[in-house]
Amino acid sequence: MSDELLHETEEERRRSAAARLFDVRRVIGGLFVVYGLIVGVVGLLDGSAALEKAQGVRINLWAGLGMLLLGLLFLVWQWLAPAAAPSAGPSGDNDAAAVENGEGDASVR
Amino acid sequence: MDGGLRLDLNLLDYSLLALYFVTVLGVGFAARRAIRTSVDFFLSGRSLPAWVTGLAFVSANLGALEIIGMAANGAQYGIMTTHYYWVGAVPAMVFLGIVMMPFYYGSKVRSVPEYLRLRFNRPTHLLNAVTFAVAQVLIAGVNLYALALVLDALLGWPLWTSIILGAAIVLAYITIGGLSSAIYNEVLQFFVILAGLIPITVIGLVKVGGIDGLFDKVRESDLGEAGLHAWADTTSSANPLGAHWLGIVFGLGFVLSFGYWTTNFAEVQRALSARNMSAARRTPLIAAYPKLLIPLVTVIPGLVAVVTVQGLGADEGDLVYNNAIPLLMRDLLPNGVLGIAVTGLMASFMAGMAANVSGFNTVFTYDIWQTYVRKGRSDDYYIRVGRVATIAGVLVGIGTAFIAAGFSNIMNYIQALFSVFNAPLFATFIVGMFWKRMTAAAGFWSLLAGTVAAVATYLLYLAGVLPFDSDLEESFWGAGIAFALVVVVAVVVSQFGRPKPDSELRGLVNGLGGVDVKGDVLAGDAAWYRSPLLLGGVALALSILFYIPVW
Repeated sequence: MSDELLHETEEERRRSAAARLFDVRRVIGGLFVVYGLIVGVVGLLDGSAALEKAQGVRINLWAGLGMLLLGLLFLVWQWLAPAAAPSAGPSGDNDAAAVENGEGDASVR
Repeated sequence: MDGGLRLDLNLLDYSLLALYFVTVLGVGFAARRAIRTSVDFFLSGRSLPAWVTGLAFVSANLGALEIIGMAANGAQYGIMTTHYYWVGAVPAMVFLGIVMMPFYYGSKVRSVPEYLRLRFNRPTHLLNAVTFAVAQVLIAGVNLYALALVLDALLGWPLWTSIILGAAIVLAYITIGGLSSAIYNEVLQFFVILAGLIPITVIGLVKVGGIDGLFDKVRESDLGEAGLHAWADTTSSANPLGAHWLGIVFGLGFVLSFGYWTTNFAEVQRALSARNMSAARRTPLIAAYPKLLIPLVTVIPGLVAVVTVQGLGADEGDLVYNNAIPLLMRDLLPNGVLGIAVTGLMASFMAGMAANVSGFNTVFTYDIWQTYVRKGRSDDYYIRVGRVATIAGVLVGIGTAFIAAGFSNIMNYIQALFSVFNAPLFATFIVGMFWKRMTAAAGFWSLLAGTVAAVATYLLYLAGVLPFDSDLEESFWGAGIAFALVVVVAVVVSQFGRPKPDSELRGLVNGLGGVDVKGDVLAGDAAWYRSPLLLGGVALALSILFYIPVW
């Protein structure tokens, strides 16, 4: 089975730059750390009206702590196991080899 | 609705919302750096790890229509709503990962319609590509309109503001960053949606006295004991869902669900962007685990709403079932988590719409434009076509949304109709994938016959000719009839032609070889916890075990 259109696409894939894609774990981690801090601090300061509405649960504090923990987990995961090298394909294409495999996007770091 | 549902958002909540929008757009711009080829734009360069594609796979399905609708079903039908997850999703996702993905990913096709081009012929391909493209744009419009309705009720935003704002954000991040941007945002959305739903569930349960308190109160409600059982009353259709167990298992669990999960390109595209065969196969399997647990944060809030909101279940106004989640947000969430919940709701609208739009631009560019209109141009040219297609698709979606504002019932019909389109497509796939003697002509005629039959059944039901009890029963039957017709037509037409030679079908049809599931393994893929069979088997076992406490 060989198909002209698919073959071309495979060729394009080999010079693909997607190996440089930034790491989404940093984005999730960052957003949730910020969310966790904001909502958590609000939770510490919540007055009786907010507490009453939430059935006596200090929900902002708990949700904030939960989000902070999730965010930190993603950051730690990324720190411990940086993006693995995406396979550059079998060809010896210089372009693909020049991509900083496994290093993520250097300019974002 | 004037103000009854209005949430009391303050500056804090709006800041959380704004922070999210900024992040989403930032992801779009960051993803742009990584686009050098059309494969980067449409398939993320086939480079993503399985946990990313897996979460995007589940998120693409976790549109707000799904969340709001499933909570509404929870309030209306009770525990039987879990059928949409445990019977109606997980088995099909496991089947996709274990059985079908080797053919999809192994044949290097770039879309679901493209498989039909290789397996059958160009007419089959074109038929499917065009139906899919049209359906995606229309459904994106439905999503936009639903977003606008909710924001109007909750925040008092005018319809057109929400429609244009929602469309502009999705348009921006997909046009700029392509599929990577859509997928990365879907992963982010997944967590934001959960961060919004979990507090609602927790406070709701505290309010009703935990799970036991909730079940006691449901027994005393109109829903009654029947609302707490998934299978107990299904030997007849005298249960809240009005469905016999045969209908649930074969209609929902087989024809409808396999049709949706295994052939809907907006879903399958997430797996095709995985970095190797192992990751592609694990994509729907990893997605199955969150899918198993999502009823905890949709069905439970639905039940909480039915026992805490007086008069829920009205035919119109603020107390319709669809407002179960918004009503709980209003009653239970203080500022702060309220902002997160609103953000999660908007995130889920964008997740659903982005899945439609990114599926559309890929099929339009690869399957329609490159295959039939302008072949052999430069790769950059096709990226530009993809960007223009994205803009055009979103603009048409906006148009659909405004039309929908005038004819909201018609939009419900359109959506129901397209859900039926998947059944004949799935039947064509399954016969073609497992029966090598099915001819190219049989592919086209069976797909066409099945689609026409599905549409005809639906129209006859609307006209009152076919007396089905409910929309649900219609969709079971419509899908079943279409499925059977496809099989019959495929067998009959195949008698009158010569099947494609085996050499052309290698890698596309079961039993002919040519699928290499180990050829591109990465270090670590051999680990036992990455075995597709194990992941799929455990997911299936859990989908059965979860039923036991709510039999």
